Amino acid sequence: MKTRSLVAGLALALLTSTAAHAGDVRIMWYSDGVEGEVMKDLVGRFMKENPGINVILDNVAYSVIKEQLPVQLEAGNGPDIARVTAIKELSKHWLDLRPLVKDAKYWDDNFGSQADWMRPDGSNQISGFMTQITLTGGYANKTLFDQAGVPIPGPKATWEDWAAASKKVQESQQVPFAMAIDRSGHRITAPLLSYGANYVGSDGKPAPLDKGAKDYLTKFVGWADDGTVSKDVWVSAAGSTYRAAADDFINGQLAFYYSGSWQVANLATKIGNNFDWVAVGSPCGPAACTGMPGGAALVAVKYTKNQEDVATVMDWFAQEKIVEEFSERTLFLPGHKAVVDKGGLDFKSDNEQAKAALNVFVESTKTTSEAALKLPGWRWSDTVYAAIVTRIGQTLAGELKIDDAFTRIDADIAQKVKDAGK
Amino acid sequence: MPLAPFDLPLKGGDRLGALSRLHMPSHFGGGETTKFDGNGGEDTTMTTPSLSAILMAPINAIMRIIDAPLRRLQKATGIGGMAAFFLAPNMLIFGIFVLLPLVINFVYSMTGGTAFFLSERDFIGGAQYSRLFECQNYLDPMSCQEDAFWTAVGNTFWFVVLQVSLMILTALITALILNRELAARSFWRAVFFFPVLLSPVVVGLIWKWILQRQGLLNFGLYQFGMDPYTWLTDRSWTFAATIGVSLWAHMGFYALIILAGLQAIPKDLYEAAEMDGTKPARVFWRITLPLLAPNLLVVVVLALIKSVQVFDEIYVLTGGGPGTSTLFLTQYIYETGFASALRNPGLAAAASILMGGVLVVLTLVQLGIGKRGENKGKR
Repeated sequence: MKTRSLVAGLALALLTSTAAHAGDVRIMWYSDGVEGEVMKDLVGRFMKENPGINVILDNVAYSVIKEQLPVQLEAGNGPDIARVTAIKELSKHWLDLRPLVKDAKYWDDNFGSQADWMRPDGSNQISGFMTQITLTGGYANKTLFDQAGVPIPGPKATWEDWAAASKKVQESQQVPFAMAIDRSGHRITAPLLSYGANYVGSDGKPAPLDKGAKDYLTKFVGWADDGTVSKDVWVSAAGSTYRAAADDFINGQLAFYYSGSWQVANLATKIGNNFDWVAVGSPCGPAACTGMPGGAALVAVKYTKNQEDVATVMDWFAQEKIVEEFSERTLFLPGHKAVVDKGGLDFKSDNEQAKAALNVFVESTKTTSEAALKLPGWRWSDTVYAAIVTRIGQTLAGELKIDDAFTRIDADIAQKVKDAGK
Repeated sequence: MPLAPFDLPLKGGDRLGALSRLHMPSHFGGGETTKFDGNGGEDTTMTTPSLSAILMAPINAIMRIIDAPLRRLQKATGIGGMAAFFLAPNMLIFGIFVLLPLVINFVYSMTGGTAFFLSERDFIGGAQYSRLFECQNYLDPMSCQEDAFWTAVGNTFWFVVLQVSLMILTALITALILNRELAARSFWRAVFFFPVLLSPVVVGLIWKWILQRQGLLNFGLYQFGMDPYTWLTDRSWTFAATIGVSLWAHMGFYALIILAGLQAIPKDLYEAAEMDGTKPARVFWRITLPLLAPNLLVVVVLALIKSVQVFDEIYVLTGGGPGTSTLFLTQYIYETGFASALRNPGLAAAASILMGGVLVVLTLVQLGIGKRGENKGKR
């Protein structure tokens, strides 16, 4: 009796553990908007078509993907498939699907241009595909601008123009803040690049902060001090923790919010008819009017015990019609060449503002700078992002002078490069 | 009497035999009417079977099986060997889950690089420690190489000093009040204990919703015509909030320990004092406080250790911000070890060894004070 219950207990423990069984494929998934729901639906359909494979969709918070997944991977564990944004930094953990997928040429043709973002330097590995291509960009609360009688700045408007215009709106409409940028190194890199910053040194390693970077950061800190920029999200955590300012925009507390295309569905759902909003692309700096490209990829993890099943799942989700349906329902910009070339995606939204916003983002991909296109595939991007967020966060909280922050950012990055070299 | 496993003449002589007998549970036989056959099963002639006899039957059987080897062990190693044998299972668990990780952590602190596996890490000796200690002026974290570490040390120091002293004070006052005759006393006791039952994450979230810009507190202030204030972006207010919230969350637990201590003080002492016309303040200083000392010591030890380790509710409430004003040691270790793109497990391990060292010293000091108190009692 005792032995039997012991065996049953062990079996139960094995069943509930994350270790995969033959036929089990575990996907770690996070959501910015409604994509979790869409994915759940698609997974259901996949399992109906492939009864032998049991796909388990683990919906987790983005912080789990950012903070816990890397640790799991480093220990040789983790899910079988994951939706990740730090795709280059973790690329050594991805499974090479090239020998496993049905038609490698299909993958190269359609996902080739971002394949380098998610594989180790110098390999031709197929690690997965982008579930969405994103581009950073701004949103304006049109109702607030209209009520204040301030015209919304045009496509060539600079960051200064936007700061001045939203400041007028703030003063007229008595909202707490004029502008906000997410607490994220990726987001703030866009204006830095527009000011001419270049992170990449001649040896491919991080270069010290240059004049362009320092110019914008100085301006940003100044705007926070005079109340133009909301420092709430930036001081609301220590270290490099990510915080979005979306809630302030959704609550009508902000005139201008700089985030990215992945927020469209979120804003459309949560704002509803409360006020009118528009996407406005990325403001200009002296060097460019660029946003930062990026996105989330669905990648296979090489520690899976189920390579064949994983490849079947990946093949199914990479199908043109599935990518198309996924993009239309989630309001994401697709990363599938045939889908993009065909154009005319019928975004499933009765929200005209959301559709218009998506078109603005598609349009602003044209002004994305060369430097911006390179960064997602550069190994040290996240290191630079983390150092900037940590130190600028401290500066906004009044702990560091801006010049000390620059010294610290350079030192932090140099230390990390040194640590990684050991 | 049935089984008497240790009742044979042993190496240690009668004294040892008597000692062994003391340990033998008296209910092994299951009472007068129960008898056992040679195999540990119940005697069929038994008239009134007792429940404990039935329950103990399998255990008796096992006892019989392990009796012989244990006897041999005791013969060979004496009573010290037996103590080691019975401590072994506990030591094994303690070793695997406490000692071994401690050793591994120490080894990690001697290695460098960003890899997680020890095999992929290089031995660099005390470099991580010297990196932590590289500083021009320890009171100015910004002059140190690892400025975040020293900021965290400073924050933790002030948090411990303020939180523990306020905790003892409020817990003592609360317990004194709850110990008096007051209406609905059980209700009040429950009210002060409720926060202890909450998960730290819930505590953090509740207070975040109260204190944030559009939170309950600002809503209340606004109703009274006052301007809302962003409490959680102000360095001093946020630090005060972390102390206040952890007081609110844990005070009930310590008040409960002190309350138990108060109720253990014999009433006749107070009656005697009353007959002598002693002033209440004098009663407190001369009777209540001295007799409460052992409980207070327990409370101080627990509160100190707990506040050095502060993490969960504060992490949820402030995330360590604004800036680094509520970044405490545990969060520094977590961020350095795991969370950030700038992570460095070796450095985090070194910092946690240092923190562990401080905790050990604190505990030893407390135990020393406790021992002195005990010796005084003997005199």
